[in-house]
Amino acid sequence: MSDKKEWPLWEVFIRGQHGMSHRHVGSLHASDNEMAMKNARDVYTRRNEGVSIWVVEAQHISASVPSEKGPMFDPAKDKVYRHPTFYELPDEAGNM
Amino acid sequence: MYAQMVKSTGKGVQALEEMSREERAFQERIDRGEKIEPKEWMPDAYRKNLIRQIGQHAHSEIVGQLPEGNWITRAPTLERKANLLAKVQDEAGHGLYLYCAAETLGVSRDELFEMLHSGKMKYSSIFNYPTLTWADMGAVGWLVDGAAIMNQVPLQRTSYGPYARAMVRICKEESFHQRQGFQIMMVMANGSKDQKRMAQDALNRFWGPALMMFGPSDKDSVHSAQSMAWKIKMNSNDELRQKFVDETVPQAEYLDLKVPDENLKWNEETGHYDFSQPDWDEFYDVLKGNGPCNHERLEARKKAWDEGAWVREAMMAHAEKKAAKKQAAE
Repeated sequence: MSDKKEWPLWEVFIRGQHGMSHRHVGSLHASDNEMAMKNARDVYTRRNEGVSIWVVEAQHISASVPSEKGPMFDPAKDKVYRHPTFYELPDEAGNM
Repeated sequence: MYAQMVKSTGKGVQALEEMSREERAFQERIDRGEKIEPKEWMPDAYRKNLIRQIGQHAHSEIVGQLPEGNWITRAPTLERKANLLAKVQDEAGHGLYLYCAAETLGVSRDELFEMLHSGKMKYSSIFNYPTLTWADMGAVGWLVDGAAIMNQVPLQRTSYGPYARAMVRICKEESFHQRQGFQIMMVMANGSKDQKRMAQDALNRFWGPALMMFGPSDKDSVHSAQSMAWKIKMNSNDELRQKFVDETVPQAEYLDLKVPDENLKWNEETGHYDFSQPDWDEFYDVLKGNGPCNHERLEARKKAWDEGAWVREAMMAHAEKKAAKKQAAE
């Protein structure tokens, strides 16, 4: 395997229906974006699963670090006042 | 089961108190039903076991295309041909989902292929049997995919996120495979005398190997306990095998075909069928490489890989050239 390079990894995102956002569905290997798109169609939409596909080379994705989950997400936990139920209103005010 | 005899690297199951702090926290997450995701901490043995299991599963999907591919050009009608093509294409897709899941554990696709080709990694013993007649396409879909589904459905709840998600996709697609197989059997079992004989012959040949797919009996399955604690194996081999027999026997009766087992009998007391164990000597022999088609299957894989090398390299060279051109133009 000396100078043979493996095809890069691509992440595949599919919009399942009109009006929905793209969702990550999996990954695949391809030499370039055109092939990634063709392979994504064949591998991930054989049964009408999508109306639109995005492919992104995996190395271009920045991900949060699992070990920093605490400092990253915990601060949001004690901010209950960001939710509507924090504010108690009388029934007289109606739906709000 | 597509992953038989996955060798475990663990030394048996440790009690929570014997574990390191990290291992204990990990086991407790699994016990709570949390999913483990790729970059998170995991014991080395968990990672290694999973690579073996998912790898073996992926290889089985890919090698599993060969016995059926054998009949694509000889399918009896255009409709059957389209059905079979779609099924074999699905198997390729299933292999790809699983390779992707294995890769998230830090092994590369090429490494996995090389381990298959060198014999370091296995695939399911079932694919080392030949598909001699068109009725075998029926028997494979009905019995082999049926056995696979039995194993894969519970694996949708496995502890490793990417593996579980691949299983969800696979299970969604797999039931068409079994149904198309059973329908082939229905047509043949209700066809001419010769067709019925072919259907019976296919059942005779695939029954034992299908039972072997679940792996050796629990009492001989040394690696199960740790895998079950880690939830990378959800049911015991014997439990799934029994379930398979209980579901399949009435289907054979419906087809008016005879399951080739003199000891097969409904047991009122247990509420299950009693049945004979398959020939385990044959199973171990096939795993060792001595099945009727081991050599042929592996050679076909290697040939495809080796003869495709120049294409893979050319595509990569083309992509690099194109990228350089684009950069120069900017």
